[in-house]
Amino acid sequence: MKSIIAALALSTALTFPGLAMARPVTLTTTLSNYGGDGAYLALYVTDAKGAYVGSLWMAGGKSKYYEHLTGWYRATGGNVAEINGITGASVGAGRTLEITLDLADALFDAGYTLHIDAAVEDMRDSPGEVAVPLTASGAGTQAPGRRYIAAFSYSM
Amino acid sequence: MIRALHRWPGLLAALLLLVLSLSGAALSVFPTAERLSSPQPPAALSIADLAEHIQAVHPHVEQIRRSPSGRITAYWFEDGRPQAAVVDPVTGQGIASADPNRLERWLTNLHHSLFLSDSGRIAAAAGASAMLLLAVSGAVLVARRAGGWRRWFMPLRGPLSGRLHVEIARVAVAGLLLSSATGLWMTASTFDLFPDGPATSTMQADPSGRVGLSLAAMDFLRETPAAELRSLSFPAPDDAADVFTVKTDRGTGTLDQGTGALLAWNDLTGWQRVSETIYMLHTGQGTAWIGLVLGLTALGVPAMAVTGFILWLAGWRARPRIRGNVTAGHAETIILVGSEGGSTWGFAATLHAALTNAGQTVHVAAMSSFDPGRYAKAQRILILTATYGDGDAPASAKGFIDRLRSLPAPPAVPLAVLGFGDRSFPAYCAFARAIAETAEAKGWRMLVPFDSIDRQSAQDFARWGRLLGTAMDVELELVHQPVPPAVLSLTLVSRRNYGAEVQAPTTILRFALPKVSRWRALAGGGFGRFSAGDLLGVLPAGSAVPRFYSLASGRCDGFIEIVVRKHPAGLCSGQLLELEVGDTINGFLRTNAGFHAGRGRAPLILIGAGTGIGPLAGFVRANARHRPIHLFFGMRHPDSDFLYIEELAAWQREGRLLQLATAFSRGRMPRYVQDALREEAAEIARLVRKGARIMVCGGRGMAAGVSDALADVLAPIGLSPALLKAEGRYVEDVY
Repeated sequence: MKSIIAALALSTALTFPGLAMARPVTLTTTLSNYGGDGAYLALYVTDAKGAYVGSLWMAGGKSKYYEHLTGWYRATGGNVAEINGITGASVGAGRTLEITLDLADALFDAGYTLHIDAAVEDMRDSPGEVAVPLTASGAGTQAPGRRYIAAFSYSM
Repeated sequence: MIRALHRWPGLLAALLLLVLSLSGAALSVFPTAERLSSPQPPAALSIADLAEHIQAVHPHVEQIRRSPSGRITAYWFEDGRPQAAVVDPVTGQGIASADPNRLERWLTNLHHSLFLSDSGRIAAAAGASAMLLLAVSGAVLVARRAGGWRRWFMPLRGPLSGRLHVEIARVAVAGLLLSSATGLWMTASTFDLFPDGPATSTMQADPSGRVGLSLAAMDFLRETPAAELRSLSFPAPDDAADVFTVKTDRGTGTLDQGTGALLAWNDLTGWQRVSETIYMLHTGQGTAWIGLVLGLTALGVPAMAVTGFILWLAGWRARPRIRGNVTAGHAETIILVGSEGGSTWGFAATLHAALTNAGQTVHVAAMSSFDPGRYAKAQRILILTATYGDGDAPASAKGFIDRLRSLPAPPAVPLAVLGFGDRSFPAYCAFARAIAETAEAKGWRMLVPFDSIDRQSAQDFARWGRLLGTAMDVELELVHQPVPPAVLSLTLVSRRNYGAEVQAPTTILRFALPKVSRWRALAGGGFGRFSAGDLLGVLPAGSAVPRFYSLASGRCDGFIEIVVRKHPAGLCSGQLLELEVGDTINGFLRTNAGFHAGRGRAPLILIGAGTGIGPLAGFVRANARHRPIHLFFGMRHPDSDFLYIEELAAWQREGRLLQLATAFSRGRMPRYVQDALREEAAEIARLVRKGARIMVCGGRGMAAGVSDALADVLAPIGLSPALLKAEGRYVEDVY
């Protein structure tokens, strides 16, 4: 399994009021062997009311395909400014995407939900592939995806 | 220049283009297969009907997609697992897996990116650019070769690989232009170079917050036919704020799930429409037949790559390296060469070597480098040139005539012009002749009169060499051998003798087909395929210059047959006439595509005298399909040199020969074959009007007489041998 490790400081893409403390969080997404081309993945966060808060990562470089990440696309209107500087390559079947970024403490145990939308060329779109609440106690728990993602977890 | 633009990208890109064209051709069948295997929605079916049919089977349907082929795919949730299937639009039942075809995906990835992601896409785009360049430059070359764009489909002559290359190209070029140009557009679109992405959403009205309206009650879905659908996405089941998203051939919109109201609508942008049309043309998605046509034309690419490579290799091999070439400023003799395919360079090399042996200093160069100011020591200038197409300059002579015309005064040293060509073309040596005429009009002194070499005849060349030698006061023996022919040993199996009584000993010699290994046959050695009218080259003992005899048989006859008349003091004919059954000679095949009977159904008028009957008899013998053939055969005396007398009678009985007219030049009422033509004037005119093709074989004098007679015969119907020649309907094989 190949890991793609990206470390970044959380930038303008996800700013929170009262951001004082942040800690490095590693997001690990392992894809299943679904037998298709590389998957586009959008990782983003919504608040307790389900409103879009910000994007964490976009795997997949061609903006013309973003409309297939339906949930993310509807939330952002396809605005690529949301993912400026946090975009990488699409992730092949069976591969693992590992991202490390600084997330604000305030995001945890405050009703925020981390979403992953997935799409694969010529296969069905899978918005809401993963939706896990961000809690300190949930760190390290494996969550299965619906179609393309075998397992997702975050660790602090 | 155009030729270089065609040659180098072609050689470099050949491998890449092979991959792209073969994968493209294989992919081209998928849209048709998909179209044939997909039940089409009935015309009256609306999107609402379709969605209800599917919802009845899969209550948790999330999305319905319709591909350009009409295939409907449904996506739904069942037991918490996402599912998908190709469904029947009327029953809503699944009929096939929705997973993409593995082979198709593999081929697609190979085709658009060689499995190398973006760098592969760029390589594939480079291949498409090369294809585009090749198609454009190739089209210009074809038009130039045929003598103009209006003569695009004119019949071709020449070696097989060259003909195949052009034959395939002129059919396939339109498809290849389309494939490569649209492919480039699609790559550019993939890299976001065009603003053809989805329209940014306009203001969307707020959803009503109500849920549960039936699909049939939504006006938009009820009024839009399912045939226009691209996709319909259902709102999330527990989200009242969510909406239906519908895409059709006209645009994208959202619908309120409680009221069915259209909340937002975006028409397709102009860019999107253009890109979609281009996608459709390139992939055949939605227009399966275009896909198949493009796939077929793509199959022409491997064939053209192979024939193109053979052509390039042949041209490269045929161009001799000229050893001891003296610089322009130091040479007494300047040889200028106008060559397209490279064979004229071979003659120039022979001349260079012979003159050098005779103690001369000689400079050989392309005609396009003509610069009389540099020829400080020159005593004479010799021009050897072929003609391209309809009298144009060949590649290495571009710009020569303009430079010659712009000279204030002709060079003081004398000039000789020798043209190379094929007499069966209407514009025989036209370019060489134009040079000679331009030079003479300028007052340039001629060393020897203008002369021409028909079909690379080594004999003609040797004769011209003797004239030149006399004019230069040197002994000049030009022994030219274009490419040392790979000869095979041929064994005589029978001979039939004629004509001894009329002082024209003639014999029909039949040789066994030589046995050659399959590899050698593939590599072009051996005899491979041949037909009557092709030439047998014979290397007589004691000479390096081959003599050519027209073949009276084809490959399918299973033997090699020629008709030979003994020439007084003729080296080769003398040896051939002395052959006994079981003896062998060294021979090789040379294709003579200009003198094939062809496969048409139009009547054939065959005219020959003496040994000229050979290929004509071969055409009749091969005429199993009973094409109407009229044969005019001139001989000396029916009792002595009536060649093929038994066969001709049998062929007439079998229907292979419709009519035989003979003329005897000795006897009580001497007559020539042209007299027989005049007698049958009305019939010949009728046949020619019906599209008949005339083929003449025999001596030069007889061919001239025939041409005169036919000019008279055809004048009343407003035609002439020259007009028919231009259409390829009057061909001669004369010697």
